Amino acid sequence: MIYLEQLITSFIASAAFGVIFNAPKESLVKCGLSGMLGWIVYYLLTSYGYGTVLGTLAASFLIAFISHLFAKHYKMPMIIFSVAGVIPLVPGGLAYDTMRNFVENDYNTGIALGVKALMISGAIAVGLIFSEVLNYVIRKSAIHPYNSSNK
Amino acid sequence: MLSEEIMNNQNQIYEIMNVCLLAGKIMLRSGAETYRVEDTMRRIALAFGIEETHSYVTPTGIMFSADYGQPETTRLVRISERTTDLKKVALVNDVSRRISGGVIDLNEARRQLKEIERADLMYPLWMQIFAAGMASGCFAIMFLGGWGDFIPALMAGGAGYYSFILFHRLIPVKFFAEFLASVFIGVCSSIFLLIGIGNELDKIIIGAVMPLVPGLLITNAVRDLMAGHLVSGLSKGAEAFLTAFAIGSGIAVVLSLQ
Repeated sequence: MIYLEQLITSFIASAAFGVIFNAPKESLVKCGLSGMLGWIVYYLLTSYGYGTVLGTLAASFLIAFISHLFAKHYKMPMIIFSVAGVIPLVPGGLAYDTMRNFVENDYNTGIALGVKALMISGAIAVGLIFSEVLNYVIRKSAIHPYNSSNK
Repeated sequence: MLSEEIMNNQNQIYEIMNVCLLAGKIMLRSGAETYRVEDTMRRIALAFGIEETHSYVTPTGIMFSADYGQPETTRLVRISERTTDLKKVALVNDVSRRISGGVIDLNEARRQLKEIERADLMYPLWMQIFAAGMASGCFAIMFLGGWGDFIPALMAGGAGYYSFILFHRLIPVKFFAEFLASVFIGVCSSIFLLIGIGNELDKIIIGAVMPLVPGLLITNAVRDLMAGHLVSGLSKGAEAFLTAFAIGSGIAVVLSLQ
């Protein structure tokens, strides 16, 4: 039940971000889809105790990979699909808690949370990089070495 | 002394570079990654016969030079206003594809790009605000808030996003609109809680602030850094950090007033 709740809300949230970023109408559902799959991976990994950093890494990897597939298939720039999907992973909550602790003069907790937020941002970046590398390897090893499409 | 032919040739190159720069300008303004801007300009130039081009793209300007015939032509375009408009990125990408495929010629390409530049393709304002609200409400649930927080987060998020757009129009100072909007969100959420709508202030604020989060900047900064565009990557990262800081301090102001 809670998984269904998470699936639906993450789909709507990612698609809504597609609207905010003015993604083309026909790509909104795909934005929602990539966001939903990424979020559910994150949610499963964190709820089974693998930690938020690993969860974020896996989720951002998956989102970027799916976005690559969409981009290739629909001949659209990859960021259209990945940006909306990555948004739920951005450590907004942690950044908020960090700020809150700083305001309440609890600097130790604030710094610990801030470093964690930084780690998660890094995990998003590394996930995107891994997926890019994978995409690059696949493209290199494909039969047609020259791909004329605009990525 | 230039012969007639070279003069024509120079004009031709100038026209081609115009089209390249127009495409690059629209893409950069709409939030495309740096490497995509460079790649698109290179492809367009190549399709029209300029084989050797050099471009230097930063978030605030494009330098583009065509290494073809003498004297070499170089042009500079300044980008002052950047928004997020993925539809325009996709459209310019399409045009570039058609040029590469030889489907449209130079004049047609210029006409189409001009049309894209002028067009206002954003979703209607009510839809953007509604989307921001829905996203905020959903985020409150995704961050494990109760369904009681859905409605207040939806309203605070929608109102916050609308106030962000208004503030941005009123005071075109960067980061200030984000700051004011997050103060507004904090105040709204506190008021909702005071009059008994919603349970957890944290979840409502986190959800409502999400539409302001610089997500595109963060992903683009990473991709730019990976592609070796260190200047663009770092400056986009700095912009993202400052935006996040503005949002955070806006919320902090409200929290410290409580």
